[in-house]
Amino acid sequence: MSRLKPPAWFVLLLPAIIILAAVVLIPLLLSLYSSFTPYRLTRPDSLYRWIGFANYEKALTSIHFWTAFGRTVLLLTIALNLEMLMGLGLALLVNKVTWGQRTLRTIMMFPMMFSPILVGFQFKFIFNDNVGLVNNALQSLGLTDQAIPWLVDGKLAFFSILVAEMWSATSVFAILILAGLFAVPRDPIEAATVDGCTPWQTFRHITLPFIMPFIYIALAIRSLDVARAYDIVQIMTNGGPARRTELLWTLIGRTGYVDARMGYANAMGYISIFLAIFFTVYFFRKLNAARGELGMAS
Amino acid sequence: MAQVQLRSVVKKYGSLEVVHGIDLDIADNEFVVLVGPSGCGKSTTLRMIAGLEAISGGEIAIGERVVNDLPPRHRNISMVFQNYALYPHMTVRENLGFSLKIANRPQSEIDRAVEEAANILSLSDYMDRKPGALSGGQRQRVAMGRAIVRHPEVFLFDEPLSNLDAKLRTQMRTEIKKLHQKVQSTIVYVTHDQVEAMTLADRIVIMRDGHIEQVGTPLEVFENPVNTFVATFIGSPPMNLLPATITNGEVAIENGPSVALPSAFEGKVREGQAVILGFRADNLMPRGHSLPMEGQHAAFDMKVNLSEPLGTETLLFSSLAGREVQAKMLNPRPVSPGETLPFQLDLTRCHLFDAASEASLR
Ligand SMILES: Nc1ncnc2c1ncn2[C@@H]1O[C@H](COP(=O)(O)OP(=O)(O)O)[C@@H](O)[C@H]1O
Ligand SMILES: [Mg+2]
Repeated sequence: MSRLKPPAWFVLLLPAIIILAAVVLIPLLLSLYSSFTPYRLTRPDSLYRWIGFANYEKALTSIHFWTAFGRTVLLLTIALNLEMLMGLGLALLVNKVTWGQRTLRTIMMFPMMFSPILVGFQFKFIFNDNVGLVNNALQSLGLTDQAIPWLVDGKLAFFSILVAEMWSATSVFAILILAGLFAVPRDPIEAATVDGCTPWQTFRHITLPFIMPFIYIALAIRSLDVARAYDIVQIMTNGGPARRTELLWTLIGRTGYVDARMGYANAMGYISIFLAIFFTVYFFRKLNAARGELGMAS
Repeated sequence: MAQVQLRSVVKKYGSLEVVHGIDLDIADNEFVVLVGPSGCGKSTTLRMIAGLEAISGGEIAIGERVVNDLPPRHRNISMVFQNYALYPHMTVRENLGFSLKIANRPQSEIDRAVEEAANILSLSDYMDRKPGALSGGQRQRVAMGRAIVRHPEVFLFDEPLSNLDAKLRTQMRTEIKKLHQKVQSTIVYVTHDQVEAMTLADRIVIMRDGHIEQVGTPLEVFENPVNTFVATFIGSPPMNLLPATITNGEVAIENGPSVALPSAFEGKVREGQAVILGFRADNLMPRGHSLPMEGQHAAFDMKVNLSEPLGTETLLFSSLAGREVQAKMLNPRPVSPGETLPFQLDLTRCHLFDAASEASLR
């Protein structure tokens, strides 16, 4: 037999290679390629026209793109900070509870169990200017007699979206930080109390360094989440009115599927991915630094 | 000035009482060691003094102040923990200076105090390392250094040497003793190792099951144990204990020889009383290989089952009245198993305990 036989490892890996190529590699390459074409879903033959970096230039000079980009970064910054602080507070409180903690922990996870779409619908109702809970409550309390346009005014709509984001994701922080709190060793804490620390100083100098890695993990996860935020906004405001709550991915989604300009949408998508990559790398750096502090670095 | 007083101190975990109303007076500058088998409540007692455990009953005073309701930071104490409890994210220097930094002392003072502690404990070469990069003995010294920089009124040690190997333990034991002489503070030291207790303590407190059994200087508790528990716990090898009955004014060892009633116990026992005769290996020696026994003593033959040569002396395991007893042989010669030797028992150093209460009859 002189026929060339492929090495055994290659044969064994072949199924995995084929599957990976089919579900990851080919779509990735195809979308990358299409970002260099004026591809429109309605005109398939446009896929074969090479226009170089024209789509990228268009995105990078588009005011709509940059507004959405800036708004996404803003949402990410505010949401992550607030969620982190609230999650930390929540975790510290739950950690103090001695009776019924299990139940509390379960309740704490409820928001994570709802689909973001449902969260979007729920908050769309809550902030509705006519029948919404918020306006009803404010009016009943006599705080205002107007229907506040929560989802229409640009700033208020951004705020409403922020509230929905926070409601659905603060528990991510709370759960991860609580796990961190459980892992804080007792000894250094006791040593610190004997060394003269007030409870606040003990938290600041001992507990916090120990839970920092957990906070950075939560930040990394959530930064990816918010950088690709789509569903809640899509449902609550659809990026509107008049683009006032447009985020990167609502813009990309509309460009790709409503306007059918898939090549351009893909180009914007590739630019946006850098945002997610940037934050992930940033937080993982921080995570490793925090672990190094504790002598846990690999 | 910091004496420590415990008055009827009780600790309960839920309905489970683990420390049953102990009283203890520790003088200023005294080195007191709490010793007892594990689980007897030593750590719990120490942690109540530190303020890490709430006191369920009674009172603890440090200096003139009752500290029951004071948090640890207001008690002016330092504690060295069994697992060192160093701050893993701080360098040795930061670990040492942490308490002073928290107290907002000026940096120059912190540097001086840290430097001084580092010199006392020979830590100067590791100041910028983190605890993770230190050996067990070095961590131990950092833990002690952290305790001394503050010049507290009272030092609390919870089995600080139990995680070290035997050689290092002996070495650190000496260091601690030296340290006490240098820093002049009250020290409460917890250990389950009676050798540590004997070598370190000004006074030993022997605990069992949440009670104090005896308090005294090392020699007192060694020479005059108040009961069989202390007798067997203090001293190595443990004291030999043989059940006996007072018969015709003599101590008749159960199924064994009778020996004369030690004169120290005349008038303190009744005819027919069930007792326990106790004596240490040092007071039972083969004739010709013993200390001169000028006072009252007894003589009998015993078969040697096993011998452990220790160099200057040999430990002999024999049986008397069906029980194993340990004896010592000075100027040792080789002893073959099964060999019968004539033994001498120094009655002036023997103890009698009541069989029922196990308390000393002295
Ligand atoms: N947190 C706790 N809850 C319940 N029981 C405890 C607790 N801590 C210690 N104990 C019990 O108290 C007793 C004394 O413990 P401890 O003081 O640690 O003993 P040791 O003398 O070995 O230091 C032990 O029986 C132990 O099981
Ligand atoms: Mg203990």
